[in-house]
Amino acid sequence: MEDVKLMVKELADNYGRSEENLLPILQGIVEREKYISEEAMVEVARELDISAAQVYGTATFYSFLETKPTGKYVIRVCKTISCMIKGKNDIIRELENVLRIKMGETTHDNLFSLRETNCLGQCHKGPAMLINDTPYTELTPEKVRKILCDIRNIEFPAN
Amino acid sequence: MANKKLKRLDLVFKDEKDTESVLKKTFSRSNADVINDLISSGLKGRGGAGFPTGLKWKLTADAKGDEKYVICNADEGEPGTFKDREILSKVPHKVLAGMAICGRVTGAKKGFIYLRGEYRFLLPGLNEEIEKFHKLLEKLDCRFRVEVFTGSGAYICGEESALFESMEGKRGEPRNKPPFPTTSGYRGKPTVINNVETLAHTYSIFKYGPEKFQDLGVQDSRGSKVFSVSGDTPNPGIYELEFGMTLQKFVDDFGDGDTKAVQVGGASGFCVPRKKFGKTIIGYQGRLQGESLPTGGSMMIFNSSRSMYNVLHNYLDFFVEESCGQCTPCRVGTQQLLLGIEAVKKGERSSSYLDKLLELAETMRVTAKCGLGQSVANSFASIVENFKEEMIY
Amino acid sequence: MSEIINLTIDNVPVSVKEGTTILEAAKKINVRIPTLCYHQDLCVAGNCRVCVVEQKGADRLLPSCAMPVSEGMEILTNSLKARNARKHMIELLVSEHRADCTRCYKNGNCELQELSSEYIIGEDGFIDLIPYKEYTIDHYSPSIIKDDSKCIRCQRCVRTCNELQKIGALAVAYKGKDMKISTFFEKPMFEVVCTNCGQCINRCPTGALTEKTYIDRVWAEINHEDKHVVVQTAPAVRVALGEALGMEPGEIVTGKLVAALRRLGFDSVLDTDFTADLTIIEEGNELLQRLKKALVDKDPDVRLPLTTSCSPGWVKFIEHAFPEYLDNVSTAKSPQQMFGALAKTFYAKKIKVAPENIVSISIMPCTAKKYEADRPEMRSSGYKDVDYVLTTRELALMIRQAGIDFASLPDDDYDSIMGESSGAGVIFGATGGVMEAALRTAYEIVTGREVPFKNLNITPVRGMEGVREATIKIEDPLPEWKFLDGVELKCCVAHGLANAKKVMDAVKAGTVGYHFIEIMACPGGCLGGGGQPIPTNEEIREKRTAAIYREDENKPIRKSHENPEVIRLYKEFLKEPLGEISHKLLHTHYRARNRY
Repeated sequence: MEDVKLMVKELADNYGRSEENLLPILQGIVEREKYISEEAMVEVARELDISAAQVYGTATFYSFLETKPTGKYVIRVCKTISCMIKGKNDIIRELENVLRIKMGETTHDNLFSLRETNCLGQCHKGPAMLINDTPYTELTPEKVRKILCDIRNIEFPAN
Repeated sequence: MANKKLKRLDLVFKDEKDTESVLKKTFSRSNADVINDLISSGLKGRGGAGFPTGLKWKLTADAKGDEKYVICNADEGEPGTFKDREILSKVPHKVLAGMAICGRVTGAKKGFIYLRGEYRFLLPGLNEEIEKFHKLLEKLDCRFRVEVFTGSGAYICGEESALFESMEGKRGEPRNKPPFPTTSGYRGKPTVINNVETLAHTYSIFKYGPEKFQDLGVQDSRGSKVFSVSGDTPNPGIYELEFGMTLQKFVDDFGDGDTKAVQVGGASGFCVPRKKFGKTIIGYQGRLQGESLPTGGSMMIFNSSRSMYNVLHNYLDFFVEESCGQCTPCRVGTQQLLLGIEAVKKGERSSSYLDKLLELAETMRVTAKCGLGQSVANSFASIVENFKEEMIY
Repeated sequence: MSEIINLTIDNVPVSVKEGTTILEAAKKINVRIPTLCYHQDLCVAGNCRVCVVEQKGADRLLPSCAMPVSEGMEILTNSLKARNARKHMIELLVSEHRADCTRCYKNGNCELQELSSEYIIGEDGFIDLIPYKEYTIDHYSPSIIKDDSKCIRCQRCVRTCNELQKIGALAVAYKGKDMKISTFFEKPMFEVVCTNCGQCINRCPTGALTEKTYIDRVWAEINHEDKHVVVQTAPAVRVALGEALGMEPGEIVTGKLVAALRRLGFDSVLDTDFTADLTIIEEGNELLQRLKKALVDKDPDVRLPLTTSCSPGWVKFIEHAFPEYLDNVSTAKSPQQMFGALAKTFYAKKIKVAPENIVSISIMPCTAKKYEADRPEMRSSGYKDVDYVLTTRELALMIRQAGIDFASLPDDDYDSIMGESSGAGVIFGATGGVMEAALRTAYEIVTGREVPFKNLNITPVRGMEGVREATIKIEDPLPEWKFLDGVELKCCVAHGLANAKKVMDAVKAGTVGYHFIEIMACPGGCLGGGGQPIPTNEEIREKRTAAIYREDENKPIRKSHENPEVIRLYKEFLKEPLGEISHKLLHTHYRARNRY
């Protein structure tokens, strides 16, 4: 709780305390915590002197501002037209199989969360996905396995 | 095959390293001259709406205000569009120069690039480029500064007034218009908001003069345009082409030989079936022969293996999620269109229900608060009318 | 800037000031354009698009509520294009609304229902979206039911909660098909900063926000043989009840109200105005005591300014938003709760009924009063002091249910004791009324003379200005109050919680030196309360205000301390203001609450 207070205070010191600093602050929280908790929102509301409900309303408007606990790596698979016709469903199936979760869920080790998202602007290189901020394009099931494997190797170097 | 190829242009992406001289040259001229050049070039907004850029700058320059802003709209979210991403990664200095010149002639001291959250990976490179650019501006004794504001995943923030709301820390909900951005934009101040590509074009116009730009294209559609080509094509990617081509020529060049339809302008654009390729001209609405289609540059090609029902379903799914939700026609209308085509497909409603949906789409076009809701009718009507049998069976 | 613009609406020429909207211009020539998200008290949203009209020569329709007129415009409000679009809008809204009209509490008083019937929304409309949606019905609050399945997302409630009241309990959340009106993290209303003021209910066009009704329980109590049902009526009810029963705004219906309550079967029909007078005695003395402590004893712990405490919405607001100022709030209970505490003690003894057999009902212009009666602090009689609170609207419904022809009822008088009131008690119902009533009494206690205003009307504290200030200089006081000689008593009156916040921010910033602040949660004071007849707007509130002051002027007694029943109460029971019994029954304490 104290940590959250401190974090929000730091962000507010950094970005400012007027309403128009709300988005950068919320983005800062997501960068650090992966999602914006109730406590964090109340602190943001306090720092900016706006209502907590308004913070919630704004946060839920933006699909990248997660309001529920999320894994360290958020995978967002593009589901829009070009990626759809290039086989995004195969990619999702592969992700679900390898991670053993369903779309929208988070792995038990809290490492990966799986989401669908709208157009990523990689239409000429579909299917595409983002892992956190990094785009991965021209995906195939094999490529997906390798990407996940590489991340696991970074996270668990001993293996 | 060679004669089938459309001429590739290289105005936007040519890697020119002469920002300093272009700025120097432009800064030395009167504001009126600069604006006049822009007006006579015929440049229109490359985001898709096609408002004359020079007029936009002039209106903002003329607007009274203690503070003014220049905003580069890099919230490129239209399905099938990815040109702005490419411009910002390859030639960001042209965009920055365009912004600084705009700042100079309108009196704005501050510029922002609203970068969509999906393009956050561009941020380090862009910030580096901005730092370099600021040093150049210092050298030229220009106090204009640029900052990047990142979005967080909301298509609607590409709508200019929603973008301002978003920058002001609010939900990205479009505002009532009037007032327009040129008098009341970001923070309620006069604001020029231009698409990434538009700003990149201004660089060429100021460098080479308006005539060179004017020489390209046709009638009301001047200059070149960066197209994002995707779908069933052997050559997906980014291409700079001249305005005024027929869709047939485009398909001959980029199609896979089995093209059934082209979606021009993304989910909010129009679907053109094969039989209309010949008389469809790519450009802004004007005195062109045949039907002309404005576009933000998204060209999505579908071959005969594709179900147009699935295509429309995907678009509607997109709108149902990405509508901001504030106005009735868009929030409820999109849901009704989606459930409606599902019901017809499943046989729960008769095919005549499609007519009611077409009427609804037309109502959405004339009543929705912003371009999103207004343009749902474009893809809906053009797909349903041209591929009716695919909607039913 | 105020150029005159000429246009035509439905071919009728009209000239209006620049900046006027098409909707306002149409109103000027008596053309009614249907609206849903528009509300006179709120900023323009332009969300529902029901008010679209056609401009000759334009492709797109215009939202008349949001579109300013321009020279030479030719507007058609009923062209086929506009009508078809409007009908589509209504059909769409109905499709996302659980149109369960016959079972709806708002049946017959729903703007969407009215429009649907006007535009003949048939059964061959769009697909019913309700089965495709997850929605919540929040009935945990003692005051307000929020039923998302009836919501049409017009955002009147959000604008009310955030602009008019600056509470911020409601916000718009999510987008697209999931867009909804939500509290913080979708918590139930009773867990969040909601003050239960009910202003959102007053403006909700459908049944998405309604009061929690206790009508059936009250009917059951009335019909219970062993129970003695005592009813109290708040000051603002008598100037508004008529509106809900077919009368014009601004009619005083005190006598008919009493008669109707008797007909309904209440055993004792008494008046909250009586305890309003009592509140003045207690709170007035508290103010004087605090002033003495501050000025004579130089007590560093005494907190000024003193704020009123009769508005439960305001009390909950300060508990959430300014918890560090709770000691500034008068400890005097609201008139409703003073009444409740006395009903089951003093009054029970008087009428020789065991307190457990007394059922204490109040008729209030307010939804927060339901919540106030539920507060754990409000059981000083040893029982729940007020058992059920009904709004003005609920009472009107009971009267209709009973088949009473209200307009033709003969006037009747309140029972005694606890039925008599002064004009000072009556004006509690208007913003500034408590201040005026308190000054009429306090000034006289201190100086032995009447307040120096013509006809006792302290006009500086009256009116509709959001925040009003007045300074009363005390000259030549009685020996006992010598320390107040020359003191300029600085008073402030605010109504609507947005104004309350403004005042408290100023107090916090130390920029104002008030001694006494009256705050009412609702615009206009209680007469604009969240339990009053719908619709509400400035014009209606002004008519109710005028009626309240008329009622005051017509009263033979105008000052609380001259109310003979109050005098009797002190003599027979309470002994003295702020005394031991008062402390036990008539005063309370507050608690700090969460930020969301």
